[in-house]
Amino acid sequence: MTDAKKVMLITGTRKGIGRYLAEYYINQGYLVEGCSRKECDIDSPFYHHHFVDVADEKGVRTMVADIVKRHGRLDVVLNNAAIASMNHVLLTPAASANRMLEVNVTGTMLVCREAAKVMMRKRWGRIVNFTTIVAPIALAGEAVYAASKSAVVTFTRILAFELGQWGITCNSFGATPIMTDMIRGVPKEKVDEVVNGLAIKRLGTPEDCANVCDFFISPASDNITGQVIYLGGIT
Amino acid sequence: MDANTAEQIVLRAVQSVFDQIGEPLPENLSAESVLVGPDAIIDSLGVVSLIVEIEQIVEAEHGVSVILANDKAMSAKNSPFRTVGVLAAHVIATIEEAKAA
Repeated sequence: MTDAKKVMLITGTRKGIGRYLAEYYINQGYLVEGCSRKECDIDSPFYHHHFVDVADEKGVRTMVADIVKRHGRLDVVLNNAAIASMNHVLLTPAASANRMLEVNVTGTMLVCREAAKVMMRKRWGRIVNFTTIVAPIALAGEAVYAASKSAVVTFTRILAFELGQWGITCNSFGATPIMTDMIRGVPKEKVDEVVNGLAIKRLGTPEDCANVCDFFISPASDNITGQVIYLGGIT
Repeated sequence: MDANTAEQIVLRAVQSVFDQIGEPLPENLSAESVLVGPDAIIDSLGVVSLIVEIEQIVEAEHGVSVILANDKAMSAKNSPFRTVGVLAAHVIATIEEAKAA
Protein backbone atom coordinates (compact mmCIF):
# COMPACT_ATOMS: atom_id res chain seq x y z
CA MET A 1 0.00 0.00 0.00
CA THR A 2 1.11 3.55 -0.65
CA ASP A 3 1.43 6.29 1.95
CA ALA A 4 -1.59 8.13 0.50
CA LYS A 5 -4.54 8.40 2.84
CA LYS A 6 -6.60 5.24 2.92
CA VAL A 7 -10.25 5.49 2.00
CA MET A 8 -12.84 3.97 4.32
CA LEU A 9 -16.55 3.55 3.74
CA ILE A 10 -18.71 3.37 6.86
CA THR A 11 -22.41 2.73 6.44
CA GLY A 12 -24.92 4.26 8.82
CA THR A 13 -22.86 7.27 9.93
CA ARG A 14 -25.70 9.63 10.84
CA LYS A 15 -25.67 8.65 14.50
CA GLY A 16 -24.62 6.08 17.08
CA ILE A 17 -21.65 3.79 16.54
CA GLY A 18 -21.33 4.67 12.85
CA ARG A 19 -20.98 8.33 13.62
CA TYR A 20 -18.46 7.70 16.38
CA LEU A 21 -16.39 5.49 14.07
CA ALA A 22 -16.48 8.07 11.27
CA GLU A 23 -15.05 10.74 13.56
CA TYR A 24 -12.60 8.29 15.12
CA TYR A 25 -11.18 7.22 11.76
CA ILE A 26 -11.03 10.78 10.43
CA ASN A 27 -8.80 11.49 13.42
CA GLN A 28 -6.78 8.39 12.57
CA GLY A 29 -5.98 9.88 9.15
CA TYR A 30 -8.52 8.15 6.94
CA LEU A 31 -10.64 9.73 4.23
CA VAL A 32 -14.04 8.64 5.42
CA GLU A 33 -17.03 8.15 3.14
CA GLY A 34 -20.25 7.69 5.03
CA CYS A 35 -23.84 7.03 4.16
CA SER A 36 -27.30 7.10 5.61
CA ARG A 37 -30.82 7.71 4.38
CA LYS A 38 -30.97 11.07 6.12
CA GLU A 39 -28.77 14.08 6.57
CA CYS A 40 -25.56 13.80 8.57
CA ASP A 41 -23.87 16.79 10.22
CA ILE A 42 -20.31 15.50 10.42
CA ASP A 43 -18.28 18.51 9.36
CA SER A 44 -14.80 17.62 8.18
CA PRO A 45 -12.82 18.07 4.97
CA PHE A 46 -11.96 14.39 5.31
CA TYR A 47 -15.59 13.28 5.34
CA HIS A 48 -18.03 12.91 2.47
CA HIS A 49 -21.65 11.92 2.96
CA HIS A 50 -23.87 9.94 0.59
CA PHE A 51 -27.63 9.81 0.94
CA VAL A 52 -28.07 6.11 0.32
CA ASP A 53 -30.28 3.32 1.52
CA VAL A 54 -27.90 0.35 1.55
CA ALA A 55 -30.74 -1.91 0.42
CA ASP A 56 -31.01 0.08 -2.83
CA GLU A 57 -28.78 -1.65 -5.37
CA LYS A 58 -28.56 1.30 -7.73
CA GLY A 59 -27.83 3.70 -4.88
CA VAL A 60 -24.99 1.53 -3.57
CA ARG A 61 -23.48 1.19 -7.04
CA THR A 62 -23.66 4.94 -7.60
CA MET A 63 -22.07 5.62 -4.20
CA VAL A 64 -19.14 3.27 -4.77
CA ALA A 65 -18.65 4.58 -8.33
CA ASP A 66 -18.51 8.11 -6.92
CA ILE A 67 -15.90 7.08 -4.34
CA VAL A 68 -13.78 5.52 -7.08
CA LYS A 69 -14.17 8.61 -9.27
CA ARG A 70 -12.95 10.93 -6.50
CA HIS A 71 -10.31 8.75 -4.83
CA GLY A 72 -9.51 5.90 -7.23
CA ARG A 73 -9.52 3.46 -4.33
CA LEU A 74 -11.48 1.98 -1.47
CA ASP A 75 -9.48 0.24 1.21
CA VAL A 76 -11.77 -0.44 4.14
CA VAL A 77 -15.49 -1.01 4.60
CA LEU A 78 -17.29 -1.04 7.93
CA ASN A 79 -20.82 -2.31 7.35
CA ASN A 80 -22.52 -0.76 10.35
CA ALA A 81 -25.91 0.27 8.93
CA ALA A 82 -28.74 -1.83 10.31
CA ILE A 83 -32.27 -1.61 11.56
CA ALA A 84 -33.77 -3.46 14.50
CA SER A 85 -37.26 -3.95 15.76
CA MET A 86 -37.76 -5.57 19.12
CA ASN A 87 -40.96 -7.50 18.89
CA HIS A 88 -42.33 -10.91 19.77
CA VAL A 89 -42.33 -13.00 16.62
CA LEU A 90 -46.09 -13.55 16.95
CA LEU A 91 -46.50 -9.79 16.66
CA THR A 92 -43.98 -9.14 13.87
CA PRO A 93 -45.49 -7.96 10.57
CA ALA A 94 -44.01 -9.44 7.39
CA ALA A 95 -43.17 -5.96 6.13
CA SER A 96 -41.08 -5.30 9.24
CA ALA A 97 -39.26 -8.63 8.88
CA ASN A 98 -38.61 -8.07 5.18
CA ARG A 99 -37.25 -4.59 5.77
CA MET A 100 -34.82 -5.87 8.43
CA LEU A 101 -33.60 -8.58 6.05
CA GLU A 102 -33.31 -6.10 3.17
CA VAL A 103 -31.19 -3.60 5.10
CA ASN A 104 -29.21 -5.94 7.34
CA VAL A 105 -28.54 -8.81 4.92
CA THR A 106 -29.06 -7.59 1.35
CA GLY A 107 -27.65 -4.16 2.18
CA THR A 108 -24.50 -5.69 3.67
CA MET A 109 -24.14 -7.96 0.65
CA LEU A 110 -24.53 -5.12 -1.85
CA VAL A 111 -21.94 -2.91 -0.15
CA CYS A 112 -19.50 -5.84 0.13
CA ARG A 113 -20.04 -6.77 -3.52
CA GLU A 114 -19.45 -3.32 -4.94
CA ALA A 115 -16.55 -2.55 -2.56
CA ALA A 116 -14.84 -5.86 -3.32
CA LYS A 117 -14.89 -5.08 -7.05
CA VAL A 118 -12.79 -2.00 -6.27
CA MET A 119 -10.54 -3.70 -3.71
CA MET A 120 -9.75 -6.50 -6.19
CA ARG A 121 -7.81 -4.06 -8.36
CA LYS A 122 -5.29 -3.34 -5.62
CA ARG A 123 -5.44 -6.88 -4.29
CA TRP A 124 -5.96 -5.48 -0.80
CA GLY A 125 -9.00 -4.73 1.28
CA ARG A 126 -10.57 -4.97 4.70
CA ILE A 127 -14.26 -5.61 5.28
CA VAL A 128 -15.85 -5.65 8.73
CA ASN A 129 -19.53 -6.56 8.95
CA PHE A 130 -21.38 -5.73 12.14
CA THR A 131 -23.43 -8.38 13.87
CA THR A 132 -24.78 -8.56 17.42
CA ILE A 133 -24.51 -10.68 20.53
CA VAL A 134 -28.29 -11.11 20.56
CA ALA A 135 -27.85 -13.82 17.92
CA PRO A 136 -25.60 -16.18 19.93
CA ILE A 137 -27.46 -15.49 23.20
CA ALA A 138 -30.83 -16.11 21.46
CA LEU A 139 -32.48 -13.11 23.06
CA ALA A 140 -36.27 -13.43 23.13
CA GLY A 141 -37.95 -10.53 21.35
CA GLU A 142 -35.19 -10.16 18.75
CA ALA A 143 -35.86 -13.22 16.60
CA VAL A 144 -35.88 -11.61 13.16
CA TYR A 145 -33.15 -9.07 13.95
CA ALA A 146 -30.94 -11.81 15.40
CA ALA A 147 -31.66 -14.07 12.43
CA SER A 148 -30.64 -11.31 10.03
CA LYS A 149 -27.39 -10.80 11.92
CA SER A 150 -26.72 -14.56 12.00
CA ALA A 151 -27.03 -14.40 8.24
CA VAL A 152 -24.43 -11.62 8.20
CA VAL A 153 -21.99 -13.85 10.11
CA THR A 154 -22.47 -16.78 7.74
CA PHE A 155 -22.29 -14.49 4.73
CA THR A 156 -19.04 -13.01 6.04
CA ARG A 157 -17.44 -16.40 6.70
CA ILE A 158 -18.11 -17.49 3.13
CA LEU A 159 -17.20 -14.09 1.70
CA ALA A 160 -13.79 -14.53 3.33
CA PHE A 161 -13.21 -17.63 1.22
CA GLU A 162 -14.54 -16.03 -1.96
CA LEU A 163 -12.42 -12.88 -1.67
CA GLY A 164 -9.30 -14.20 0.06
CA GLN A 165 -7.43 -14.74 -3.19
CA TRP A 166 -7.53 -11.00 -3.83
CA GLY A 167 -6.04 -10.07 -0.45
CA ILE A 168 -9.38 -8.98 0.97
CA THR A 169 -10.16 -10.00 4.53
CA CYS A 170 -13.75 -10.23 5.78
CA ASN A 171 -14.65 -10.43 9.44
CA SER A 172 -17.62 -9.74 11.62
CA PHE A 173 -17.98 -8.14 14.99
CA GLY A 174 -20.77 -8.30 17.54
CA ALA A 175 -21.01 -5.61 20.18
CA THR A 176 -22.69 -5.87 23.54
CA PRO A 177 -25.55 -3.37 24.11
CA ILE A 178 -24.39 0.22 23.64
CA MET A 179 -26.62 3.13 24.62
CA THR A 180 -27.54 4.26 21.11
CA ASP A 181 -30.91 5.09 19.61
CA MET A 182 -31.20 1.49 18.45
CA ILE A 183 -31.60 0.17 22.00
CA ARG A 184 -33.00 3.27 23.70
CA GLY A 185 -36.49 1.84 23.24
CA VAL A 186 -35.58 -1.52 24.77
CA PRO A 187 -36.87 -1.90 28.36
CA LYS A 188 -34.15 -1.37 30.99
CA GLU A 189 -34.85 -4.81 32.54
CA LYS A 190 -34.14 -6.43 29.19
CA VAL A 191 -30.83 -4.57 28.80
CA ASP A 192 -29.89 -5.44 32.41
CA GLU A 193 -30.73 -9.09 31.73
CA VAL A 194 -28.32 -9.12 28.78
CA VAL A 195 -25.55 -7.29 30.66
CA ASN A 196 -25.89 -9.65 33.66
CA GLY A 197 -25.30 -12.59 31.32
CA LEU A 198 -21.98 -11.22 30.10
CA ALA A 199 -18.55 -12.16 31.42
CA ILE A 200 -17.76 -8.43 31.63
CA LYS A 201 -20.91 -6.98 33.18
CA ARG A 202 -21.12 -3.54 31.62
CA LEU A 203 -22.62 -1.85 28.61
CA GLY A 204 -20.46 -1.68 25.53
CA THR A 205 -18.92 1.56 24.33
CA PRO A 206 -18.11 2.96 20.90
CA GLU A 207 -14.45 2.72 21.94
CA ASP A 208 -14.92 -1.07 22.27
CA CYS A 209 -16.10 -1.14 18.66
CA ALA A 210 -13.16 0.94 17.41
CA ASN A 211 -10.78 -1.38 19.22
CA VAL A 212 -12.06 -4.47 17.40
CA CYS A 213 -12.21 -2.65 14.05
CA ASP A 214 -8.61 -1.46 14.54
CA PHE A 215 -7.56 -5.08 14.95
CA PHE A 216 -9.44 -6.36 11.92
CA ILE A 217 -8.34 -3.59 9.54
CA SER A 218 -4.71 -3.50 10.59
CA PRO A 219 -2.29 -4.32 7.75
CA ALA A 220 -0.83 -6.90 10.14
CA SER A 221 -4.19 -8.74 10.19
CA ASP A 222 -3.81 -10.06 6.66
CA ASN A 223 -4.23 -13.63 7.92
CA ILE A 224 -7.27 -12.83 10.08
CA THR A 225 -10.36 -13.55 8.03
CA GLY A 226 -13.71 -15.30 8.29
CA GLN A 227 -13.74 -14.63 12.03
CA VAL A 228 -16.38 -13.27 14.34
CA ILE A 229 -15.53 -11.48 17.58
CA TYR A 230 -18.22 -10.88 20.17
CA LEU A 231 -17.62 -8.55 23.08
CA GLY A 232 -18.26 -9.36 26.72
CA GLY A 233 -17.30 -13.04 26.69
CA ILE A 234 -20.04 -14.22 24.35
CA THR A 235 -19.05 -16.92 21.88
CA MET B 1 -21.43 -0.11 -29.23
CA ASP B 2 -20.54 -2.26 -32.24
CA ALA B 3 -19.62 -5.95 -32.12
CA ASN B 4 -15.93 -5.35 -32.81
CA THR B 5 -15.57 -2.85 -29.95
CA ALA B 6 -17.34 -5.20 -27.54
CA GLU B 7 -15.15 -8.12 -28.58
CA GLN B 8 -12.01 -6.03 -28.11
CA ILE B 9 -13.18 -5.12 -24.58
CA VAL B 10 -13.69 -8.80 -23.75
CA LEU B 11 -10.30 -9.76 -25.19
CA ARG B 12 -8.55 -6.99 -23.23
CA ALA B 13 -10.28 -8.19 -20.08
CA VAL B 14 -9.18 -11.79 -20.82
CA GLN B 15 -5.63 -10.51 -21.22
CA SER B 16 -5.90 -8.70 -17.88
CA VAL B 17 -7.12 -11.86 -16.14
CA PHE B 18 -4.16 -13.85 -17.49
CA ASP B 19 -1.82 -11.06 -16.42
CA GLN B 20 -3.28 -11.24 -12.91
CA ILE B 21 -2.78 -14.99 -12.62
CA GLY B 22 0.64 -14.79 -14.23
CA GLU B 23 -0.02 -17.25 -17.04
CA PRO B 24 0.59 -16.79 -20.77
CA LEU B 25 -2.39 -15.92 -22.93
CA PRO B 26 -3.64 -18.97 -24.88
CA GLU B 27 -2.76 -19.06 -28.55
CA ASN B 28 -5.49 -18.52 -31.13
CA LEU B 29 -7.65 -16.45 -28.80
CA SER B 30 -10.78 -15.55 -30.76
CA ALA B 31 -14.52 -14.98 -30.55
CA GLU B 32 -14.92 -18.77 -30.35
CA SER B 33 -12.65 -19.17 -27.30
CA VAL B 34 -14.63 -20.92 -24.57
CA LEU B 35 -14.93 -19.19 -21.18
CA VAL B 36 -17.31 -21.51 -19.31
CA GLY B 37 -17.43 -25.32 -19.18
CA PRO B 38 -15.03 -28.23 -19.69
CA ASP B 39 -13.04 -26.60 -22.51
CA ALA B 40 -12.82 -23.19 -20.87
CA ILE B 41 -9.56 -21.28 -21.04
CA ILE B 42 -10.16 -19.88 -17.52
CA ASP B 43 -11.56 -21.34 -14.31
CA SER B 44 -14.71 -20.18 -12.53
CA LEU B 45 -12.85 -17.60 -10.44
CA GLY B 46 -11.28 -16.35 -13.64
CA VAL B 47 -14.79 -15.77 -14.99
CA VAL B 48 -15.60 -13.70 -11.88
CA SER B 49 -12.50 -11.55 -12.44
CA LEU B 50 -13.29 -11.28 -16.16
CA ILE B 51 -16.82 -10.02 -15.60
CA VAL B 52 -15.73 -7.45 -13.01
CA GLU B 53 -12.93 -6.30 -15.35
CA ILE B 54 -15.36 -5.85 -18.27
CA GLU B 55 -17.83 -3.92 -16.08
CA GLN B 56 -15.02 -1.59 -15.04
CA ILE B 57 -13.79 -1.04 -18.61
CA VAL B 58 -17.32 -0.28 -19.81
CA GLU B 59 -17.88 2.19 -16.99
CA ALA B 60 -14.47 3.88 -17.29
CA GLU B 61 -14.34 4.14 -21.08
CA HIS B 62 -17.98 4.30 -22.10
CA GLY B 63 -19.57 5.90 -19.04
CA VAL B 64 -22.20 3.22 -18.59
CA SER B 65 -22.65 1.37 -15.30
CA VAL B 66 -23.70 -2.22 -15.99
CA ILE B 67 -24.12 -5.46 -14.06
CA LEU B 68 -23.30 -8.28 -16.46
CA ALA B 69 -24.25 -10.99 -13.96
CA ASN B 70 -27.82 -9.74 -13.75
CA ASP B 71 -30.92 -11.81 -13.00
CA LYS B 72 -31.62 -12.37 -16.68
CA ALA B 73 -28.08 -13.56 -17.40
CA MET B 74 -27.92 -15.88 -14.41
CA SER B 75 -31.24 -17.55 -15.24
CA ALA B 76 -30.65 -17.91 -19.00
CA LYS B 77 -30.74 -21.46 -20.37
CA ASN B 78 -27.52 -20.84 -22.29
CA SER B 79 -24.87 -18.90 -20.39
CA PRO B 80 -24.17 -15.47 -21.89
CA PHE B 81 -20.59 -15.94 -20.68
CA ARG B 82 -19.83 -19.15 -22.62
CA THR B 83 -17.52 -17.76 -25.31
CA VAL B 84 -15.74 -14.49 -26.03
CA GLY B 85 -18.18 -13.74 -28.86
CA VAL B 86 -21.31 -14.58 -26.89
CA LEU B 87 -20.07 -12.51 -23.95
CA ALA B 88 -19.36 -9.59 -26.29
CA ALA B 89 -22.96 -9.78 -27.55
CA HIS B 90 -24.17 -9.84 -23.93
CA VAL B 91 -22.08 -6.75 -23.18
CA ILE B 92 -23.76 -4.88 -26.05
CA ALA B 93 -27.26 -6.01 -25.00
CA THR B 94 -26.65 -5.07 -21.35
CA ILE B 95 -25.35 -1.62 -22.28
CA GLU B 96 -28.42 -1.02 -24.46
CA GLU B 97 -30.72 -2.11 -21.61
CA ALA B 98 -28.89 0.18 -19.17
CA LYS B 99 -29.17 3.14 -21.55
CA ALA B 100 -32.87 2.48 -22.12
CA ALA B 101 -33.64 2.23 -18.38
